[in-house]
Amino acid sequence: MSIMGAPSASGRFGEYGGRFVPESLIPACFKLEEAFTQAWADQEFTNEYHRILTEYGGRPTPVTELRRLSEQLGIRVLLKREDLAHTGSHKINNVIGQALLTKRMGKTRMIAETGAGQHGVATATAAALLGLDCVIYMGEVDVARQALNVFRMKLLGASVVSVTSGSRTLKDAINEAMREWVASVESTHYCIGSVMGPHPYPFMVREFQRIIGDEAVVQAGEILDGGVPDYVVACVGGGSNAAGTFAGFVDTPAKLVGVEPEGGAAITHGIPGVVHGMRSNLLQDDVGQVLEAYSISAGLDYPGVGPEHSYLSSIGRAAYATANDAEVLNALQILSRLEGIIPALEPAHAMAYVMREAGKAIPLGSTVLVTMSGRGDKDAELVARILGETS
Amino acid sequence: MANESMGALEKALTDKKNSGRKLLVPYINAGFGNWVEAIHAVIDAGADAVEVGIPFSDPIMDGPIIQEASQKALEAGVTPAGILSDLRRSSFEVPLAVMTYYNIVHHAGHDRFAKELAECGVAGSIIPDLQLDEAGEWMKSARENGIDNVMLAAPSTSPERLRRLADNSHGFVYGVGLMGVTGVRNSLAESASEIARRLKEYTSKPVLVGVGVSTADQAIQVSRIADGVIVGSALVRRLLAGGGPQGAFDFMSEFRKALDDK
Repeated sequence: MSIMGAPSASGRFGEYGGRFVPESLIPACFKLEEAFTQAWADQEFTNEYHRILTEYGGRPTPVTELRRLSEQLGIRVLLKREDLAHTGSHKINNVIGQALLTKRMGKTRMIAETGAGQHGVATATAAALLGLDCVIYMGEVDVARQALNVFRMKLLGASVVSVTSGSRTLKDAINEAMREWVASVESTHYCIGSVMGPHPYPFMVREFQRIIGDEAVVQAGEILDGGVPDYVVACVGGGSNAAGTFAGFVDTPAKLVGVEPEGGAAITHGIPGVVHGMRSNLLQDDVGQVLEAYSISAGLDYPGVGPEHSYLSSIGRAAYATANDAEVLNALQILSRLEGIIPALEPAHAMAYVMREAGKAIPLGSTVLVTMSGRGDKDAELVARILGETS
Repeated sequence: MANESMGALEKALTDKKNSGRKLLVPYINAGFGNWVEAIHAVIDAGADAVEVGIPFSDPIMDGPIIQEASQKALEAGVTPAGILSDLRRSSFEVPLAVMTYYNIVHHAGHDRFAKELAECGVAGSIIPDLQLDEAGEWMKSARENGIDNVMLAAPSTSPERLRRLADNSHGFVYGVGLMGVTGVRNSLAESASEIARRLKEYTSKPVLVGVGVSTADQAIQVSRIADGVIVGSALVRRLLAGGGPQGAFDFMSEFRKALDDK
């Protein structure tokens, strides 16, 4: 049995997970669980999923050895290139799976939340490909700071709803998408973008993302003459690229490290709580109100985290660390100049950790695989503005 | 179920129901405006119990009206403990049930929260994101402290589950009137009477319908089958517009009269 196997019948990873949603949504959660379980065991479905990800999504994505950076850091760094997948991030893996499932359940419409816009763009892309209606919920603050992605979603035929409640960011977009799902659950699938939400989402999204780790463990083995990396590092907001990566390495000796943004570090700074359908670590105040997360990367601005990460942390199988905005900006520039790869701000957190800890927590001479979950184009304007102001 | 094992909320509502009265349960957002006075006002207008909302940062079962009142209460700095101590300082002629979201309970701890409710004279709890399969621990703590935990049943709930929900609900059974979140609706959804009818097949506990019951006429309509109604957003809208306790009294008086005259 893998440490990252199926959760319990109630959707628990250890004491985390579960299904904390209004009664109205319970039948839809049951139906989704059943549909996913059957589909994932159905070779016709998995063949179609892999066919689309290969012919359309650009899989398998390569693993690139970062020779100049490795030389500078004194460790050997391999990069799993999800930035080269269609739509520019790992999000495509999950949305193709969920869009196929939407059709299989006889539904005609997908709704989704988005923070940075990457999951919104990916969902709109999958909806266009498979002929589904699509509505994306996005906090008003994020709509303003990710204008290009809003336009991309519209170009792809999706409607974008600007959410003005609460803190007007990702967590409020999730609230609004859930409210809309309660009202339209008969025709509509809620395409959650990370390993979060009520069971079966954390499990299902991890399974749709495990292709990252399943490919990477083989690719790294080829580069390392049959070995596995000493460390496997990925950024964690909700935690889908990390969960997908870890799934491929969890039963090997590799040390797993998730890197959270300093201002949104649910595992590092949070305590167990319940929001958005799940019990997991959560940033909250002293009476249980959910706090807002702050980070330079909209995609990691989330006060919670997927329940399986809380579990992996609780049993000590994965370690979680943080990186701050300054370290992230620095890492982004170093990777760009040394390797010609402009990372998105999210995976720049993972790179920042590796650069900071090389020769410290990561001994010199180690091999490290980092998941480059997305490319940096979407952040270029923001980064230009910040660097223009500060340098 | 024997009368002895009933909590105060279920006993009060069952007695009134058995006397032939249709039940009226208004919802008031704690921490917003003169909310304690508003509770007294709706009781004076003939409420049979009052649902008191403890605000939460992420209220996924609530539409824009209750969200706005909750947000204002949070911005004013209210806390669950502060709300409960305000309730403790006052006495009310009908039972109160708190409505909040599960993280508030989870954060406090099940036993501690149940004890605090009991100490402050609260008789019931309604937690819309704590569905039956996850509710065991809270139901146990609530039971041990004499708190009736009300379960919600939705139009989408299967017959088998409806029976289990009704069995495990205490105080009353909350029939969610439509597939959607709280809010004001122009007409009563067909699903409102339907959920009441389905629940009545399984239980002799009071069956109240809420979510989308916005006018006295709608209350009369659904109460032909249901034992009564919960009125939230339509009332909170008047409080948001500055109606104050008097406005709440007037509005709930309309409902009381309509339900008594029908």
